Amino acid sequence: MQANARNLIMNETTTRTLTIQILRHNPQDPESEPRFESYQLDEAPGMTLFIALNQIRDEQAPSLQFDFVCRAGICGSCGMLINGRPGLACRTLTSKLGPEITLAPLPVFKLIGDLSVDTGAWARQMGERLETWVHQESEPDIDRLEERMDPDRAEEIYELDRCIECGCCIAACGTARMRKDFVGAAGINKMARFRLDPRDERSDEDFYELVGSDDGVFGCMTLLGCNDVCPKELPLQTQLAFMRRKMASVK
Amino acid sequence: MPASRLPARLDVLQSASGVFLALFMWLHMFFVSSILLGKDAFWHVARFFEGYHIFGKPYPILVSGVALFVFAMFIFHAALAMRKFPADYREYSAFRKHAGEMKHGDTTLWFVQVYTGFAMFFLGSVHLYTMMTRPETIGPYGSADRIVTDWFWPLYLLLLFAVELHGSIGLYRVAVKWGWLEGRNPAATRRNMKRAKWLITVFFLTLGLLSLAAYIKIGIDHRPNYGEHYVPPSIEEPLEPRQ
Ligand code: HEM
Ligand code: SF4
Ligand code: SF4
Ligand code: FES
Repeated sequence: MQANARNLIMNETTTRTLTIQILRHNPQDPESEPRFESYQLDEAPGMTLFIALNQIRDEQAPSLQFDFVCRAGICGSCGMLINGRPGLACRTLTSKLGPEITLAPLPVFKLIGDLSVDTGAWARQMGERLETWVHQESEPDIDRLEERMDPDRAEEIYELDRCIECGCCIAACGTARMRKDFVGAAGINKMARFRLDPRDERSDEDFYELVGSDDGVFGCMTLLGCNDVCPKELPLQTQLAFMRRKMASVK
Repeated sequence: MPASRLPARLDVLQSASGVFLALFMWLHMFFVSSILLGKDAFWHVARFFEGYHIFGKPYPILVSGVALFVFAMFIFHAALAMRKFPADYREYSAFRKHAGEMKHGDTTLWFVQVYTGFAMFFLGSVHLYTMMTRPETIGPYGSADRIVTDWFWPLYLLLLFAVELHGSIGLYRVAVKWGWLEGRNPAATRRNMKRAKWLITVFFLTLGLLSLAAYIKIGIDHRPNYGEHYVPPSIEEPLEPRQ
């Protein structure tokens, strides 16, 4: 009886040793070759990959590069391949993974070094290409109160506006990996968001100009990798199908 | 100049031709599997499409016409879907690496669709051309002779797997692609549709394999009389138009 109880306590406090393989490469350094390096550390309760990576940098690999800002799944800077699948390091508990973890930078984006990639450049060019701002014919009168918006509509827009531009949906998309110019789910979701916005005066014909091509909605092959990895659980499957129907019915 | 509407039209036509072919293949399997009900059942199905039950004598040219139409749809669909094939080795290896890393069902299924689609260029063309040019040979003995003595069974075996995987994956993909039947909970609908997709594949594969086995058995028994056509015992008058 006593021995059993002791076992139970022992089991609960037994910590796992994690082996984390990290794909390391510094494109700035002409000597650098992409290689996996392996680090071991003791798992702590409630440990996220963010905590684990900081510990590795502090104790074992001072030159390790990776991005973090918010540590709370809001800024979208910590996307990486976790055991081959895109995800946010700050939102991933090590306890949800096996004792051997492989980390690699998100593909498709420009590599800055190790796990750090330039999603900013991608987000900027997407914004410019898709004109992700409210379009109005006339100058808004800034001295007047804004038109009221139907709360349900505002809620719908907010739902799609939760995209943090982490790039996970792009890295998870087989089409984007094959075809560099494909807008990807984040871009199509943005179009759906502005299409909902009553202040945006663009018509479906206007949106067609932006995404009505094989680099736009019609390039999507409905593999739904995007939908299945999006850390904000945006309804990408629904939005892709919705925009496809709308764009296909433009006269 | 507004952007071309062609990509939109082609996308719709790709789905429409795929759905037509997939549904046609379901009907086709029910006709073919009538052999499991006996030689007479299949004989009647085959003659039915030659207009025998309407005109009182068979017109195989009608079957040639149907085969020609299906062949045209087949080529049309292949031409449209081909646009999605990886265009070169770089694209191919990028996708392969991606599918290997992601271990993601729908991504892998797309690869299955590309492989089976590619295989059907060859397998499907041989079959359709034969049906178009030799419709009068379709029957319990004629088909079984083709399968056994003329060595069509390996082709049909591969084609069966290709069609049953490709068609049901395709129907599933069309449904999620256009948001059909999405309902209130798209994730749950998608899970159910995927389950249905596998059930459909298994059902038609089983029916197909049983039918193929039945033809092979008839074909082996009929080898000594290769070329002779089956006439049901109940039919008295000669079938061929009188000279
Ligand atoms: C040479 C023959 C064929 C080739 C090369 C081919 C190729 C393909 C490819 C590559 C796709 C994926 C397209 C995409 O992801 O957008 C596809 C989709 C599809 N195929 Fe085929 N296929 C062939 C024959 C068939 C046949 C015989 C059927 C019916 C059983 C069929 C039914 C479908 C369906 C329903 C889709 C989904 C359409 C869509 O996503 O818009 N295909 N085909
Ligand atoms: S849609 Fe989701 S996965 Fe894609 S960038 Fe936005 S938050 Fe990230
Ligand atoms: S559904 Fe597939 S092809 Fe379309 S954007 Fe998502 S991952 Fe890419
Ligand atoms: S650090 Fe901001 S999302 Fe992970």
